[in-house]
Amino acid sequence: MSSVRVLVGTRKGAFVLTSDAKRKHWDISGPHFAGWEIYHVKGSPVDPNRLYASQSTGWFGQLIQRSNDGGKSWEPVGNKFAYDGIPGTHQWYDGTPHPWEFKRVWHLEPSLADPDTVYAGAEDAALFRSIDGGQTWEELSGLRGHGSGPSWQPGAGGMCLHTIILDPSHPDRMFIAISAAGAFRTDDAGKTWKPINRGLRSEHIPNPTAEVGHCVHHIAMHRSRPDVLFMQKHWDVMRSDNAGDSWQEVSGNLPTDFGFAIDVHAHEPETIFVVPIKSDSEHYPPDGKLRVYRSTAGGNEWEALTKGLPQRDCYVNVLRDAMATDALDSCGVYFGTTGGQVYASADAGDNWTPIVRDLPAVLSVEVQTLP
Amino acid sequence: MITVVLPSHLRTLAHVSGDVQLEVGGQATQRSILDALEARYPMLRGTIRDQVTQERRPFLRFFACEEDVTHEPPDAPLPDAVASGAEPFFILGAIAGG
Repeated sequence: MSSVRVLVGTRKGAFVLTSDAKRKHWDISGPHFAGWEIYHVKGSPVDPNRLYASQSTGWFGQLIQRSNDGGKSWEPVGNKFAYDGIPGTHQWYDGTPHPWEFKRVWHLEPSLADPDTVYAGAEDAALFRSIDGGQTWEELSGLRGHGSGPSWQPGAGGMCLHTIILDPSHPDRMFIAISAAGAFRTDDAGKTWKPINRGLRSEHIPNPTAEVGHCVHHIAMHRSRPDVLFMQKHWDVMRSDNAGDSWQEVSGNLPTDFGFAIDVHAHEPETIFVVPIKSDSEHYPPDGKLRVYRSTAGGNEWEALTKGLPQRDCYVNVLRDAMATDALDSCGVYFGTTGGQVYASADAGDNWTPIVRDLPAVLSVEVQTLP
Repeated sequence: MITVVLPSHLRTLAHVSGDVQLEVGGQATQRSILDALEARYPMLRGTIRDQVTQERRPFLRFFACEEDVTHEPPDAPLPDAVASGAEPFFILGAIAGG
């Protein structure tokens, strides 16, 4: 019988939540790495018991942990993230040049083909790859060095490479996103990159339609249609039907088009989910009502999903990597909040229940559907 | 034998429950102690000093014989009492609180 494993990264450790396919009763394991910030935990699609976790603190820097038994035990692997060559500078918040400095890993993306190959998205923005199970890391420096790097500028959360999407149909194609540089694509396995931000409009930057400089918050793709991308930008929900070559806004009737998380239904590639957040400074749900919005038309027309979610006095945030879906017949949707709740829906968002209510602030949620 | 006192998070990471006893080749300095520590506990690499720059992480400090030796040169000899094991070499994390 199938089961589900939810991997949760929080401000103070990692948690592993497991259930059978009914998704009614959950076992909770953790905290793993108690007291450390766990920005992301993700499993290999080839070997689901191979997990990678990004562990860091301001005191002791960055560690990468690896599990070979689905999160029961862990071992630290390599944590030397050295920029290739002389790192150079990017722009600081005030527009002055600032040296590239490694701070942490925001996102780990295991290969679709090899459990020992994994990509790491870093702050200050760079993409690293390991081909030996995380023991050693090499920068794919074509991204940082493709030309626009010196003009990149950090978003409020830092200059982080937070999204890595591997194209299942084109093994050499990869998409990444950086706050606040924008989205980029490689078609040659990371050697060369190009910005893919045409159609994005950001009123808060000097040139609203600039080639780079957009604060992309997250991108999602359905593996059956890898040329279709959905983006939650700082403002605006966007879609691309040509692998990012151009984007159209699909915010439609959302109460606010600001947010962080976005994801796609496991079986319906035109069904997408976002969590609108009030901004620019509040960063909590509008009107104190926690609502997931679903579009079954690939955007523009959205419905609020509220059953089981707090509809008053709720002032949490849902961060960019804190939403995921399972692949069971009735698609499950999951998201975590900065208030420490992890909500789950076993019916594609119609009804929600909290799996767990009182974790540390949730930074990331990933889901594995196990045979 | 030199005694090193680690912050609790690093003891957990290194799977040690108390102070660490180290054989340090040559003179006892910050660098030689950290080199020996990282050789014996590879999982600590990068947690006390940056692996690329070798700079001490800013929220950590080094104490010996009730003195803050954090800003001494990394190759400066530590007190004889540390070298002999009579006094420990402390690696301390900054305490954050309200």
